[in-house]
Amino acid sequence: MKTDSPPSRRALRWREPSVLPGFIPSFGFVVVYLSLIVLIPLAALVARPWERGIGGFLRTVTDARVVAALQLSFTSALLAALVSALMGLVTAWVLTRYDFPLRSLLDAAIDLPFALPTAVAGIALATLYGAHGWIGGRIEPLGLKIAYAPAGVFVALLIVGLPFVVRSVQPVLADFEAEAEEAALTLGAHPGQIANRVILPALAPALLSGFSLAFARAVGEYGSVIFIAGNMPMRSEIAPLLIITKLEQFDYAGAAAIGLVMLVLSFGSLLVLNRLQLALSRRGV
Amino acid sequence: MSSRRHLLALALGGFSAAAGLAGLGSAMAAPQPITLLNVSYDPTRELYKAINVSFAAAWRAKTGQEVRINQSHGGSSAQARAVIDGLQADVVTLALAYDIDALADRGLLAPNWQSRLPNNASPYTSTIVFLVRKGNPKAIHDWGDLIRPGVSVITPNPKTSGGARWNFLSAYLYGLKLAGGSPAKAKDFVTKLYAQVPVLDTGARGSTNTFTQRGVGDVLLAWENEAFLSLDEFPGQFEVVTPSLSMLAEPPVAVVDKVTAKKADRNVAEAYLRYLYTHEAQVIIGQNHYRPRDPAVAAQFAAKFPKLTLYTVDAVFGGWRKAQAAFFADGALFDQIYKPR
Repeated sequence: MKTDSPPSRRALRWREPSVLPGFIPSFGFVVVYLSLIVLIPLAALVARPWERGIGGFLRTVTDARVVAALQLSFTSALLAALVSALMGLVTAWVLTRYDFPLRSLLDAAIDLPFALPTAVAGIALATLYGAHGWIGGRIEPLGLKIAYAPAGVFVALLIVGLPFVVRSVQPVLADFEAEAEEAALTLGAHPGQIANRVILPALAPALLSGFSLAFARAVGEYGSVIFIAGNMPMRSEIAPLLIITKLEQFDYAGAAAIGLVMLVLSFGSLLVLNRLQLALSRRGV
Repeated sequence: MSSRRHLLALALGGFSAAAGLAGLGSAMAAPQPITLLNVSYDPTRELYKAINVSFAAAWRAKTGQEVRINQSHGGSSAQARAVIDGLQADVVTLALAYDIDALADRGLLAPNWQSRLPNNASPYTSTIVFLVRKGNPKAIHDWGDLIRPGVSVITPNPKTSGGARWNFLSAYLYGLKLAGGSPAKAKDFVTKLYAQVPVLDTGARGSTNTFTQRGVGDVLLAWENEAFLSLDEFPGQFEVVTPSLSMLAEPPVAVVDKVTAKKADRNVAEAYLRYLYTHEAQVIIGQNHYRPRDPAVAAQFAAKFPKLTLYTVDAVFGGWRKAQAAFFADGALFDQIYKPR
């Protein structure tokens, strides 16, 4: 898809001229703040793993157990974010499009996973899904094991991911004019077409951004997962737990090595998702 | 009006307590209490609460000085790491010597710390026992019963939990000491044992919860003192089974030289640790389910702590550093159990 001429033909300059004053002080403030809060801690993480040389780094991160943990962390985060995207969309839809008793209460409850200490969520889940729990007691006889199994990781990540999707999609959905849907309806579109051609394209950027946030959050999640995963090496052990494991042995370099790999993988996926989101929102406008 | 003044006083009091906690209390006026920070591991919370009250009274009687001891609890190695990273601990009272060795390796205290106090610098001991469900339905009496088919064993991950390392070593010890035992037999035994472990929690308290509250497993490998606490907490639901042999867990204590050197109160920190060996403290130790060192006090609690053959890490494994390298370091025996075949 070829875009037309306008803004892309600009000379490459360090910054675009702006009519707003105060660029230098505000930019300086942002750089200092970001450095203190984000960049310097991350730089420390990048600097740390090399105590035993590149060989030591590679040995740490290619260890079968580390690879298995990274796989589990990233695939379950991806799956959980996908399901959260779908369910979050439905939830946001119900919350914005319908009025029902206790709606504001339900709406507020969406934010609970943000506020709740994740360990509390993990313990609640383990109680609920354990062999003697209210849900676990009913599904384990059917051969479905969630607590103390890899599926437990997925369930815990669903909790932390949902609010990100709902809160990203909800404002866009609320602003979305019903006229567009009504117009499509009068033009003879059936509900499936309206959803596909009118609503989803407008929502896609927000949905994708919610998905990325849920994914990023899930990859690093520790507190809730360790209580329900069972933490068996090669099977239900997440990567953040291996970082803690290394730290418990005072192996700072090994811990930082796994941290760095997670950082690079997460950053890469977020970059791709960001690009995708940019492309989608360009197309949408 | 006066209630508002009370509120203000309360707020100021709260503030000064907070400041004292942070070690910033030096600017406050009046007869200044000495504050010490005792950085310890999880299950000693109740023990030190009682000890601190008793020591403060003894110290006041002896010197007239007020002393307040703040406590910090967490996983043993996480606590050691916090001290390495700058937590201003006057004394550390951790689960195993390896964690204090880590402090010594980084110059926070003298390498000979363990010989500065009696009994390997461990004023109390404990051991590893089994907690089973009421009536002992799986008839578990000794280590050998744990690897019978259908027995599910709960123990935390020795890579993240100090207590779990004592569990592992006790199981390995059984493999060494049973008739015809050898390192190969011991490795075989722990491999079979960990094949029956469905959940590896990160800490001892986590495993206790999994066993007592989630209802997972037939037997929990536990600190003796934790097992007693579970009996108190869930009366009539569990029983303690003492095996024929186990490790003698020696949770050590030490003054952190680098922190106390900066202060005038080093003598108080030292007196605090020496106090742990006194008759009064040893009685408190027994009441809090730890085995007292003092023979007279131990005799007093003889009915509470069943006799079993106990081995020290030094005697069987040549000390914690060697045990750590042989069993728990990356790629060592514990990791080999979980190597994919």
